[in-house]
Amino acid sequence: MNSLLQDDIILDCRAEKIFYSDFLAVRDSHVPIRKNQITGFIGPSGCGKSTVLRSINRMNDLIRGFKFFGSVQFHSMDIYDKKVDPVAVRRNIGMVFQQPNPFAMSIYENVAFGLRLNRFKGNMDEQVEKALRGGALWDEVKDKLKKSGLSLSGGQQQRLCIARAIATGPQVLLMDEPCSALDPIATRQIEELMLQLKERFTVCIVTHNMQQAQRVADQTAFFSVDISVGGRTGYLVEMGATKELFSNPQEQLTKEYLHGDFS
Amino acid sequence: MNETKNNLLQLPNLERHPFEPRALKSILLSTITVICAILACVPLFSVLVMLIYRGGSRINLELFTALPPTAFQFDGGGISNAIIGTLFMVGIAALITIPFGVLAAIYLAEFGPYSKIATIARFSAKTMSGLPSIIAGVFAYAIMVITMGSYSAWAGGVALAVLMLPTILLTAEETIKMVPKRMKEAAFGMGCTPSQSMTKVVLPMALPGIITGVVLAVARAAGETAPLLFTAIFSEYALEPNDPTASLAVLIYNYSNSTSENQLELAWAASLVLVVLVFILNMVSRWIGSRTRK
Amino acid sequence: MAAENGEESILNHAETLAAPPTPVDKIFDKCFRTLTFVFTWATVLLLAFIVFRIGGQALPAMKEYGPGLLFSSDWDVNNNQFGIWPQIWGTLYSSLLALVLGGFFGITIAIFLTQDFLPHKLEMVLKNIVELLAAIPSVVYGLWGIYVLIPLLQPTADKLHSSFGWFPLFSTSFSGFGMFSAALVLSIMILPTIAAISQDALRAVPRRTKEAAFGMGATRWEAILRVILPTASGGISGALVLGLGRALGETMALAMLVGNSATVSLSLFSPASTLASLLALNFPEADLNQTGVLMYAACTLLLITLVVNMLGTLIINTTTTKGGER
Repeated sequence: MNSLLQDDIILDCRAEKIFYSDFLAVRDSHVPIRKNQITGFIGPSGCGKSTVLRSINRMNDLIRGFKFFGSVQFHSMDIYDKKVDPVAVRRNIGMVFQQPNPFAMSIYENVAFGLRLNRFKGNMDEQVEKALRGGALWDEVKDKLKKSGLSLSGGQQQRLCIARAIATGPQVLLMDEPCSALDPIATRQIEELMLQLKERFTVCIVTHNMQQAQRVADQTAFFSVDISVGGRTGYLVEMGATKELFSNPQEQLTKEYLHGDFS
Repeated sequence: MNETKNNLLQLPNLERHPFEPRALKSILLSTITVICAILACVPLFSVLVMLIYRGGSRINLELFTALPPTAFQFDGGGISNAIIGTLFMVGIAALITIPFGVLAAIYLAEFGPYSKIATIARFSAKTMSGLPSIIAGVFAYAIMVITMGSYSAWAGGVALAVLMLPTILLTAEETIKMVPKRMKEAAFGMGCTPSQSMTKVVLPMALPGIITGVVLAVARAAGETAPLLFTAIFSEYALEPNDPTASLAVLIYNYSNSTSENQLELAWAASLVLVVLVFILNMVSRWIGSRTRK
Repeated sequence: MAAENGEESILNHAETLAAPPTPVDKIFDKCFRTLTFVFTWATVLLLAFIVFRIGGQALPAMKEYGPGLLFSSDWDVNNNQFGIWPQIWGTLYSSLLALVLGGFFGITIAIFLTQDFLPHKLEMVLKNIVELLAAIPSVVYGLWGIYVLIPLLQPTADKLHSSFGWFPLFSTSFSGFGMFSAALVLSIMILPTIAAISQDALRAVPRRTKEAAFGMGATRWEAILRVILPTASGGISGALVLGLGRALGETMALAMLVGNSATVSLSLFSPASTLASLLALNFPEADLNQTGVLMYAACTLLLITLVVNMLGTLIINTTTTKGGER
């Protein structure tokens, strides 16, 4: 951790406590996100990795009873500051979801949606093409841009969602188990795409698949569930460079998890 | 004791016994059920046959263009003013209730589904949907006819609106809720404001369902008589929104016990027109509904 | 992959297009949300206003005549004597009769449609027919009742009266317009409501409950009567109560068929009157004093239907949530 240059950190998430109503979902998790790297969130189910991810662009605001204690520093601003508009946050920190969720519009309109939302004044066609190229989908859809986004295959839909999310050039891209609904071939394509994406974006990915984290992530954060207090509270066990974490985990719990003692 | 033991050891009897009391009872009950089902279909066919038989002969151009005859006019005449009156009043009601119902439904489904006011509003809408239709008429009489000092198409429209509102509101709420959560998440994840997410993503997806509700409400309102009886009442002249206004439903009621054979025939013809209109609206709503389910 | 081809891709551009929501977006958001909130309130206020307005107009009459009006049978406009007991009686009696008939048919059809008696296609046809029954406007049923049903009933009713005249239900001669014709049409009108809600209740019975009954060797009807119907009984009673609510508020078919005479009689063939038909017939030519009395009657009707409907909704809500937990 000492080797980290402070400048490298684009987003510093300190989740001291996250509540859903009275339920303490996550505690004491400090996750620094480094620029132009892929940060993987792994851990057993219910460990709060998705909750933390969705706290980073305030998606959890939509959930009733959600309370966040801590801070998420993004460009010297705490996005949980009262002055910050969560809508503006989500426009700068994009998100890709577990289920591919293109809108019931044409492929073109799906990508143009975000551009229109941000009142983009330039050449729309050109920008849509750029985004689809960025999402590694252009060659497959360039002849059927007018077709419904829902007519694509699952993997294509997910790449469309990625193209849609990156069309406006957000700085950070959050991915919540983006491959869990896809077959192995589509998963590989998305993984390759992620490696391209990190040249330009900073990517955070939640995955339940340790191999996937090993393949794509530069940094890995391992979360676990603490059932000692009575609830099922998730917390960060340890975080570090992926190679380091997998080959030489510092914590006993991480060792057991990587070894497959629990999942 | 011994006997039961012996029975247990015997091979069980697995053959069919069609005349055993259990089997007979089953057959009897099934027969009754079939008869009930057939009997229940009889009224529909009887009504349809009678409408065509008694009203079909009057289906011609004159029916749709001419004004109603007087009681002493032995043939001819039409129901043009009643058709226009029905469309006009249902139109007013739709113009009031569509924005009213859909906007309230958006709040109930999305912006504040768990708030106290939403619970009360949902309860109010459900209560209103059970309101006797004549009460809507009494209400419109109290606020429109008494204040304006005369029967009018406007009062009729308001009475119908009271009846249409709960249907539109409750179906719109249901369909907006049924839009998959991941679509709403996608919109929010892109940085939509709640209103942008609603107008650009959720409402377009819920639109077919909302239209279904509106069409059903319109179909119901078009056939309502009671709320119009003392709000729009009836007129033998062409539409004049500030004056008493004719409608198909009230025309049928007024002419149903007319001594004039001519007027009675018109009542049947008007019924046929009304039922065809209502059925078409029902079909349209079903068609939209089934198309979206695919 | 596209980005490898060196073509123009978003990945080669560092600048961001993300912009915060414009003031217009924010104002639109605010206005839109406020508008939905306002109309939600308006829904509540509308119901309150309906009750308040009708109640307000009825208040003078309530003060003048008190609860006695509900139990008096005198209606004499010239002497300002009013009583709506015959109408209350007629409303309740006709609705209950319709409920018995419509309930029996409605539940039977619901069973027929849900318990695999028919191939799926026929099931859909029958279901649509029953639903179309509900679509026919009540004034058309009234017309049909006058010119088809009453002539049809006449011979049977006459025979019943002459043979069983000692029995209270058949004690008066059949004049066509009256309780029987009205209740019959009313039952046709509430049948679809009862059938539809009962179908939902029957479909909500978990498959394994049914399978358990079959597994123990029950015949189809034993399973239906002993297991499925009792399990769905909550929803079905809710259906009956809501059907009753519809019958209580129905106006036109009754106004056209019930005969509109203020009589209190058990006989099916006697003409009668109901609250809704009283309103329908008297409102157009009511003077101020009479309007008050009619508003009083409207209040009574409103109260009866509100209570019945709330009861129905309550029954359905409590039983369906329980069903969900099973």
